[in-house]
Formats: sequence, structure tokens, C-alpha cells
Amino acid sequence: MKTLNRSSRLAFAVFAVFGLLLAACGDSDDNGEGASGETLTVGVKFDQPLFGVDTPDGVVGFDAEIAKYIGAELDRPVEFTEAISANRESFLEAGTVDIVVATYTINDARKEIIDFAGPYYLAGQDIMVASGNPLGIEGIDDLNSADVTSCVVEGSTSLENLQSMAPDASFETFGAWGDCGEALGQGRVDAVTTDNVILLGLADESDGAYELVENPFTDEPYGIGVPKGSDLRCEINTILQKAYDDGDWAEAWSNTVGTVASEVPSPPALDNEGC
Amino acid sequence: MSNWSEFLDTYQSAIIDATWLTVQVACISFAIAIVVGIIVVSFRVSPIPPLVAFATAFVALFRNTPLIVIMLLGLFGLGDVGLVFEFFPTAVVALGLYSGAYMAEALRAGINAVPQGQAEAGRALGLGFIQLMRYVVIPQSVRTVIAPIGNLWVANFKNTAVASAISVTELTGQSQRMFNDASAGVWRILFIVAGIYLLFLIPTGFVFRALESRYAIKR
Repeated sequence: MKTLNRSSRLAFAVFAVFGLLLAACGDSDDNGEGASGETLTVGVKFDQPLFGVDTPDGVVGFDAEIAKYIGAELDRPVEFTEAISANRESFLEAGTVDIVVATYTINDARKEIIDFAGPYYLAGQDIMVASGNPLGIEGIDDLNSADVTSCVVEGSTSLENLQSMAPDASFETFGAWGDCGEALGQGRVDAVTTDNVILLGLADESDGAYELVENPFTDEPYGIGVPKGSDLRCEINTILQKAYDDGDWAEAWSNTVGTVASEVPSPPALDNEGC
Repeated sequence: MSNWSEFLDTYQSAIIDATWLTVQVACISFAIAIVVGIIVVSFRVSPIPPLVAFATAFVALFRNTPLIVIMLLGLFGLGDVGLVFEFFPTAVVALGLYSGAYMAEALRAGINAVPQGQAEAGRALGLGFIQLMRYVVIPQSVRTVIAPIGNLWVANFKNTAVASAISVTELTGQSQRMFNDASAGVWRILFIVAGIYLLFLIPTGFVFRALESRYAIKR
């Protein structure tokens, strides 16, 4: 028989590798309720400053710290997988990850598909100003004036909130939050208002040029996503309560988000319904 | 909000303001584009090498850079080195320079369309470069550039939408702001906005076609 030619061999090799990959994916079909010692696969953001950032030294940030704490308490080694906002539910449903700790806002639509442990953090829309807060802006009411120019992204929920809560506010709009940061830096606007998590990231990257007012005026409770009906939800709540009580939660905060935000918030009450 | 009259009651004045702003951006930037285009093309066809190089570089730079990059560069890029300009002038100048590069190329194509023999005949009569352009080349090239300039006017008008990225709330920017009012209906907003662009551009298309047939070379 003639030997295969070069391109046929290449095609064969590609199929073989593909097959191995599929086989490897097929192995992780456990539903997250693994025994101690088994790997805990955690979906985190890889690009959310202060919460989950993939670095050469591993994933760092508040979400990553919380996940590591949970892993340690469950006695399971943690393995991080990148979760983007759009695939968090499908990752949990498909068993690609055991839990999701990825700036994940608890809401009813998501609760239909998955369960949430927590909340472990109350995010919300906040205001970012130039360092030293030259105009003395303390909250949403201070934006409700023609003398203060805010910056928001076109078509964002943050703009919607600004218009309904501060109808007399004057504002500029751009296509991205980074543009608003730049506009604030150049004195084109007096304030930027959106989710504090985004603002904390911008403030973190500004080398101290911006600061947060730290007076959120909306509630965005962040939860830990687990598969629907999983026992992990109540187990994680118990672990979170322990982290609250023994100060590890506050420490995780101080080491990550706390490097930019001045105050350590008090942890939100856990939703233990059904546990 | 479920019908047109309620929608118009709420947004009429905002839409009119935004339309006026669109027209202002379009007209001022197009005027800048014409001036820039004429200057650049006269450099480009001039016999002086540094001017030719400048014109070539200008066209290469502005024609090969996305408009949104030019706008952001004009706003934040210059702002970073201390040149903080207002939103409206930045948008108008950025768009004018961008369209100006295309204008220069359209005019150059018109000039190149005049047969070499015409210029040679002019030179044989003893005309200098300026006279040659003024009496021989430009009058003949105007005919060929009317259609491309008409296209540029349309493109420039539509490109005003990019100004919304730097907080100039023209028609497209205004429509984005209205998206937040979900009850207004995104389809209704976009329908109106598209309609307004058509309302301005279709008649100007007729104007350019009339000009074209008026100055066309009778063959």
C-alpha cells in the first residue's frame, strides 16, 4: 500500500487531536457536588479589574479570593476557567464549571435557570470624580443640576438611572466607559456615573487621578452561581457566613478592591431561604 | 407609549434639535472639506516636490484612518497634550479633514481626466502653471468631478453620525439616547431617523444630477 501523502497525514493528525480534545471535555460531566479532594472548577472573569484578572501568577481579585476561600473550606483544589457575562448560565447548565464567581448580579430571570449562593457583595451605581472631589459631589442629588456635567455611555442602564433619578442633570455621552474616564481626566466632565465595579477599575488604572464618591444609589447584589438545585448553594452560604464572621471576607476585600476603595463595606445578609 | 402622536409629542423638539445639529455638522464640515480638498490637490499637482509630498502624506493619513479614530484623536489625543477643544468644533474639523482627503482625490481624478495634450498646448502658448490650471485644466475638470463630489456630500452627511461618539448629539446620537425609553419602540426611533436622513439626501441627489447634466460634456 502506498504511504499517505503529506496533506492526508496532516488531516488525520488534526482529527486525532480533535478527538482527544472531545474525549477530554466529555470527562468532566460531574455535576459539581464532588467529594472532597476533587477539583472545584470556578468560572471567573479574566478581565475585570480588582475582581477577576488573569495574570501570570494566576487569577487575582476579590472574586478569585472568595472562590479560593470556598475551595479551601470544601477541601477541593480550585481550578479557574474564564467566564464571560454571556456564557455564565450555560457553563453552569452544561457542567463546564461547578460554580461561577464572576461579578454575577442576582436577578429573577437568572434564578429560573440556576441558583445563587450569597449575595456576597452589594454592588451599585456610584459616582467617580477627580481626586480631591473639587465640586464636593456626595451623591446622585448633586448631579441633578445644570452646573455639574456627568458622563455616561450611550444607551446604558446607567444613563437611564441618571435620567430618572436626576432629571435635571446635564451630561455628555460616549461609546465606552474608558472615554468617560478620559473626559474626566481632561476636565470635560465633572463626574462619571455607572456601576461601582466599572468605576473602581477605571480609578485603579488612573494612578490616583480619580476617586469614587462611595455612595451607591442602586442595588446590584452579586451572587455565586451554582447549578439549579445543587446542595452547593447552602454549603457555600455556610462558608460565606464563616468568612464574614472570622474577618476573611473583609481581608479579601482589603487586599483587592480595598486598594482603591477607601471603606470596607459591611457584608450583605445571605439569602438562606430553603437551607 | 404606543402610538406615533404620543411619540412625537415627547420627542419632537429633541428630534428637531438633533436634525439641525446634523445639518450644521454636515454643512460646516463639507465647506472645510472643499477648502482642504482644493488646497491639497493644488499641492498634489504642483511642480514643487515638498508640496507634493505633503499632499500625498495628508491624503494617505486621513483616507486610511477610520473616522472614529480621527475624532477620538482630535478630542482625547490632543487633549492629552494640553490642546483641549470643544466637542462640536473637534467633530466638524475631524470630519472636514477626513472628507477633505477624499475631496482632494476626487479633484485629482478630475484633473487627470483632462488629456495631457491640453496642458501641452497651454504650455506651448506660454501659460504658466497657475494660468494653465485656471484657464485650461480646471474648467474642463469641473465637469468630471460633479458626480464624485455629489457622492462625497452624501457620504459626508451620513458620516456626521460618527460625531455621536464624541458627545455631539446629532440625529444618530439622539436616537441612541431615546433607545433607553424602551416604550418608545426602537423600530419607531430608527424609522424616523432613517427617514430624516433620506429626506435630506434624496433631494440633494437630484440637485447634483441636475448640475451634472447641465455641465456635462456634450458628446
